[in-house]
Amino acid sequence: MNGSKSRPDRIASHVRTMPPSGIRDFFDIVSTMKDVISLGIGEPDFVTPWHIRESAIYSLERGITSYTSNLGLLKLRQALAGYVERVFGASYNPANEVLVTVGVSEALDLAMRAILEPGDEVIFHEPCYVSYGPVIAFAYGKPVPIQTDPQGGFVLTAAQVAAAITPRTRAIILNYPNNPTGACLPEAELKAICDLAVKHDLIVIADDIYAELSYDHPHVSAASLPGLKDRTIFLHGFSKAWAMTGFRLGYACGPADLIGAMMKIHQYTMLCAPITSQEAAIEALKHPDQDINGMKAEYQRRRNFIHASFTEMGIPCPRPAGAFYAFPNIAATGMTSKAFAYGLLDEEKVAVVPGTAFGPCGEGYVRCSYATSMDQIKEAMVRFKRFAHKRLAAKA
Amino acid sequence: MDELLKLLKKNALETPEDLAKMLGLPVAAVKARIAEYEKSGVIRGYQAVVNQDQLDINLVTAVIEVKVTPEREGGFNHIAARISKFEEVQSLYLMSGTFDLLIFISGQSLKDVAFFVSDKLATIPGVISTSTHFMLKTYKDHGVLMETEDEYERLKVSP
Ligand SMILES: Cc1ncc(COP(=O)(O)O)c(C=O)c1O
Repeated sequence: MNGSKSRPDRIASHVRTMPPSGIRDFFDIVSTMKDVISLGIGEPDFVTPWHIRESAIYSLERGITSYTSNLGLLKLRQALAGYVERVFGASYNPANEVLVTVGVSEALDLAMRAILEPGDEVIFHEPCYVSYGPVIAFAYGKPVPIQTDPQGGFVLTAAQVAAAITPRTRAIILNYPNNPTGACLPEAELKAICDLAVKHDLIVIADDIYAELSYDHPHVSAASLPGLKDRTIFLHGFSKAWAMTGFRLGYACGPADLIGAMMKIHQYTMLCAPITSQEAAIEALKHPDQDINGMKAEYQRRRNFIHASFTEMGIPCPRPAGAFYAFPNIAATGMTSKAFAYGLLDEEKVAVVPGTAFGPCGEGYVRCSYATSMDQIKEAMVRFKRFAHKRLAAKA
Repeated sequence: MDELLKLLKKNALETPEDLAKMLGLPVAAVKARIAEYEKSGVIRGYQAVVNQDQLDINLVTAVIEVKVTPEREGGFNHIAARISKFEEVQSLYLMSGTFDLLIFISGQSLKDVAFFVSDKLATIPGVISTSTHFMLKTYKDHGVLMETEDEYERLKVSP
């Protein structure tokens, strides 16, 4: 602790008034505890495949340590355009429609800053990734969260979107497969939502970072729908499917005017993404299916296991269709999400994230990440069951 | 390969109950399939993967490359079957390349192994030559690393 006094008056008001992340205080407690089984981790437990790490090392050995073009290495952008065309069915010109960024995180920030006038509204669905609201607000936009319906499997509906649109609406963010619910968006609903975007001239921001981890149906991106490419900013990266979170590498694809505007901010604020990570990404795109399918098969087995375990212990849990999160409903214990998460941590040393960290409609739910080993998941389920049953019995 | 076999190859101790949950199958179906695999001989046994370097025992392992003359009828199979009956022989493979059979053998001492080669193996009719290599250290066996690396710890909670 230092002695300097906190001076809120010198912090910009839109930053000062931003509440701290709901995950942060929980993280602080968990990190002081020993022998915790954590289902609270939003990143793969796999290490980046060796051939990708090896190519990063090799690039360092060859002395490749410089800046790159602001847009990113051309060779990488070409490989990305090829991958996006094959996997997502949308074609982009590597010369001016692809921008390599420091994770989807940076790309999202760039998109907001590039398109929002102060007070412009951005629609997004909750429960959602913790950054959307703050990133919009930091760009002087107005976050317009829509509470999705648990009964509908946390799937955003076109009717909800229609009701939220105002003359100030500029964009809508879609994130399916979803963090934290694991929900996927049925194609018909996606189309209906995108029709609204066309009708009201909105930009669609497709956070497709979990696209490869869709277990029951192939993922359909907004970018691939007819007529949507010109108004879609497609966001994707290497963190999840390739287990490369620490490489901090993502990218945005979109019409040249939007990518150009994002690039303007990127060149002055970030200059470029790290070259070592870009070199690794070029390697990652050489045999992507091989790398991804092995991890995906393992996630799918864990998904099956964790869903069957919750069902067996009588805790309702929508069957996650994608990503690596299960979102069980613990409301029957009579506890709030937060009380449940703290109690489970305290009594059983299992960390899960309260659903409310992802939006108010996450109340009654907790997020359980299955990006951890099967052995850990098995033990966590034994402890979860013991804790939940004790609370259910106490309430009965 | 079938998902069930993949899982069992990775960990033979998985219970039918857990396997059923992972595969989304009824427990009875998993048990029946395992029984079928055992009966048909697809699954031939279950063993622990042991790091012998960690044990204080005398065990010498060697790999022997063997050149043989294939027989008019039966090719290499007859002689391979004969060699594989020796208890010392842990594994035996037919290979392409400059030799024909590859044998993994273990014994109590160098002498044991040398005796096996000179007395049992080299004297089998059809064996033309042998080349024996002793193993010094095992780094990885059956897909399992023999040393536990310190695991890098991820943040315990992240968005
Ligand atoms: C939905 C979603 N979008 C974006 C990100 C950030 O990813 P990146 O590592 O590419 O910045 C995450 C990470 O958890 C996420 O869950």
